Amino acid sequence: MTIALPAESAVRRRTFKIDFSLPVLIAFAAVLCVLIVLPMSWLAYYSVVDKAGQFTLENFATLVTEPEFRGPMLTTLILATSASIFCALAAAPMGWLVARTDLPFAKAVRALVTASFVTPPFLGAIAWELLAAPNSGLLNKLYRHLTGAEMGDHIFNIYSMTGLIFVVSCYTFPYIFVLIANALDRIPGDLEDASSMLGGRTWTTARRITIPLALPALLAGMLIAFLQAMTLFGSPAILALPAGFHTMTTKIWSLFQFPPKPELAAAASLPLLVLTVMLLRTQQMILGRKGYSVVGGKTGDPRLIRLGIWKWPAVAFVFAVLMLPVFLPYFALINAALSPIATTLVTPENATLKNVWFTFGLSSTKIALQNTFILGALTATLGTLMALVIGYISVRRAVVGHQALGFLATAPIAIPGIVLGVGLFLTYTQPPFVLYGTLWILLLAYLTIELPAAYQQLSSAYKAVGNDLEDASRILGATRLQALRHITAPLLRTSVIATWCFIFVATVRELSAAIILFTSDTRSCRS
Amino acid sequence: MRLPKITRRDVLKGSAAVAVGTFASSAKVLAQAPAAQAITPELIKAAQKEGTVNYYTSIDLPLAERIARAFEAKYAGVKVRVERSGAERVFQRIGQEYATKIHRVDVVNSSDAAHLIVWKNQGILAPFVPEDVAQHFPAEHKDADGMFSSFRLTLCPIAYNTSQIKAEEAPKSFNDLLDPKWVNRITKAHPSYSGTILTATYQTSRDIGWGYFEKLAKQKIMQLQSATDPPKKIVLGERMLAADGTEYVMLQEKEAGRPIEIVYPTEGTPLIIGPNAVFKAAPNPNAARLLQAWMYTTECQQLCIDHGGMRSVHALVKEKPARTPLSKIKLMKDDAAAVEKQAESIKKRYSQLFGV
Repeated sequence: MTIALPAESAVRRRTFKIDFSLPVLIAFAAVLCVLIVLPMSWLAYYSVVDKAGQFTLENFATLVTEPEFRGPMLTTLILATSASIFCALAAAPMGWLVARTDLPFAKAVRALVTASFVTPPFLGAIAWELLAAPNSGLLNKLYRHLTGAEMGDHIFNIYSMTGLIFVVSCYTFPYIFVLIANALDRIPGDLEDASSMLGGRTWTTARRITIPLALPALLAGMLIAFLQAMTLFGSPAILALPAGFHTMTTKIWSLFQFPPKPELAAAASLPLLVLTVMLLRTQQMILGRKGYSVVGGKTGDPRLIRLGIWKWPAVAFVFAVLMLPVFLPYFALINAALSPIATTLVTPENATLKNVWFTFGLSSTKIALQNTFILGALTATLGTLMALVIGYISVRRAVVGHQALGFLATAPIAIPGIVLGVGLFLTYTQPPFVLYGTLWILLLAYLTIELPAAYQQLSSAYKAVGNDLEDASRILGATRLQALRHITAPLLRTSVIATWCFIFVATVRELSAAIILFTSDTRSCRS
Repeated sequence: MRLPKITRRDVLKGSAAVAVGTFASSAKVLAQAPAAQAITPELIKAAQKEGTVNYYTSIDLPLAERIARAFEAKYAGVKVRVERSGAERVFQRIGQEYATKIHRVDVVNSSDAAHLIVWKNQGILAPFVPEDVAQHFPAEHKDADGMFSSFRLTLCPIAYNTSQIKAEEAPKSFNDLLDPKWVNRITKAHPSYSGTILTATYQTSRDIGWGYFEKLAKQKIMQLQSATDPPKKIVLGERMLAADGTEYVMLQEKEAGRPIEIVYPTEGTPLIIGPNAVFKAAPNPNAARLLQAWMYTTECQQLCIDHGGMRSVHALVKEKPARTPLSKIKLMKDDAAAVEKQAESIKKRYSQLFGV
């Protein structure tokens, strides 16, 4: 295969021979610093100063001594621990059933888990409010209808610690499920074959081979679930206050009510950040040893266990679990959209489209939708471009200092959303960048959040392409940027498109949440 | 490098003593409002030349848009750009814009009357008295220097679900809510998240004492954030009683045929005032004045009453027959400056009592 530089650039080569690599590196490093280092530095700065700007450890002292902070910390700890345990109890058997047995509808199950994965947590909380609020919840109404119990009697109360743990678990269990299912998919059949050849029965093999090999994934998944539950804002924002308590995230948020206390918010955010970094390191260490799980090579396909008479109970179990994050909530939401009163069952007589028209009839809703798409496209384009260049520089080791770029581009993984939010607020409400109250701050936020995924996708694509073609073009006299444009970029087209779509979808999903909650505030980019 | 802090308290410190009783008492000290301005053809022409007007407001979005469309229909060629947000957000945003010398806001409306005092003391409001205000508004609802006047009023009464409580059993007063039979039956909003509730908490604690809140906290209430939330939870049937909430949401829900009824407590109902003002550095000064003048006409005031469930102190507007007229309701007295001074201590005390 021959890929030659087109003639016109060969001509340009002679007139235009400056290598832009170094300026490009500096420019991108600067952008990354603005995106990540700046907010985190302000966060650290604010946490150790008082209102007058003097150094103090008072903020941290307040955090530890005041009951108004100790309560939420304890609550958060209980919430995260119990959620990760419940998630593991539901997700581990499901992952095993889907990956290693002849469970019917396994593909559908995976798709439905994805559906609960992409449900914004605040939406899930609203849906569960409609279902399990003690008096107006549909399930409690059903219970009273069936048993003739008194008004006020209920079996579920979503406005409680248990309720919050439950809802949070509903939308974090996919993290464990995905990790477990993937790990089990990868375990080669050979080891299990060997076990059964040596006389191990199906269940012995599962117990002594499959499960131990999947354990690291389970542990890693539980850590991620813990992290998610700890830093989640959407569900507690809706359920915690009516239940009469704060979690760390809602407490931090309440510090921004007038008069704002940014110093305390910064101090309260730092422990979350540190804990996240530590847990992610632990998770990497656990998964880093996954090597032994593929020790047998990748030759054999995983062997599916026949469930036999257990087939239908297993299906029942899986779908019973999926009722909770998917079927019931979406039923409640659709019902609420079409019903005159959200917690009344819709019937052909009382069905109404008024709510739907109301939402889409407001001109501000239209502007919001329009902005969502503009912003999604902008974020995706900018994010892909940045990931493309940073990925190139770090994979090809183009310049000295490339490691720093790669590190910066992956760092946002370890920044919980609420912490980034606090950092962005501190950074962009003061000179030199005053962006608070505009859409640009959302662009920066989503760019930062989506960058690590984009960077990882594209840098693995670079690794797959290989160096030779580029080197050839450079030997022929092209600069790095020319080689990048004419050789590498065309070869990467599919990955680039995939990355763009990934960022676009992720941004639009998150934004729709932001916009439903804060319609009017996000409209400001109009002028 | 400090955050550009908008400390209303700092601004107020010196003036709070003078400004007690938002409008009334300052009137005695300074009385130099400019002459009233009618809507003249010249003003309309000048406004049309500017073409747009930026209206920052905390009014419910559907109503804000309705006002904007009605204005645009009447004065072709002047577009209203509505920036709607919660009162505190509007306040912070204008503070930040002015701190960085961005002068974009023309006309403002806030549901927290204290904001207007702050802006007035910062000297960033323009004196402007619409003709309707001069002729038809009571003295206690206009600033003596002509900087602002009460654009809209709403109340913060009690409400109950009519399918769960019979009218004769419903509480008649705040103190009736303390009956043990209402344990686990009451919901209310939070003063830290809602300016309306902050004002109501101030007025209630001043008139009937903190003892009421201490006992209410023992009723296992369901705590919500925004003042617009409690009526919605009542309609859903999640709780039977709302100890507070904005009246206009209650009226709208009731008039849409939903099972909710309003009780104006015998101790008095908290009164929430939302004034309007024009900014001195408004980028569209004529359009701003035209919008401001029009918003106090019977046309716009009536629109707020009919479609927004608002109250008005304009002498010529008509209340809907089914609603209890403002004159028949015992009102608590508004005192924005005092709310301002005590905001932090009220929020703190409330959080300690209610645990969140």
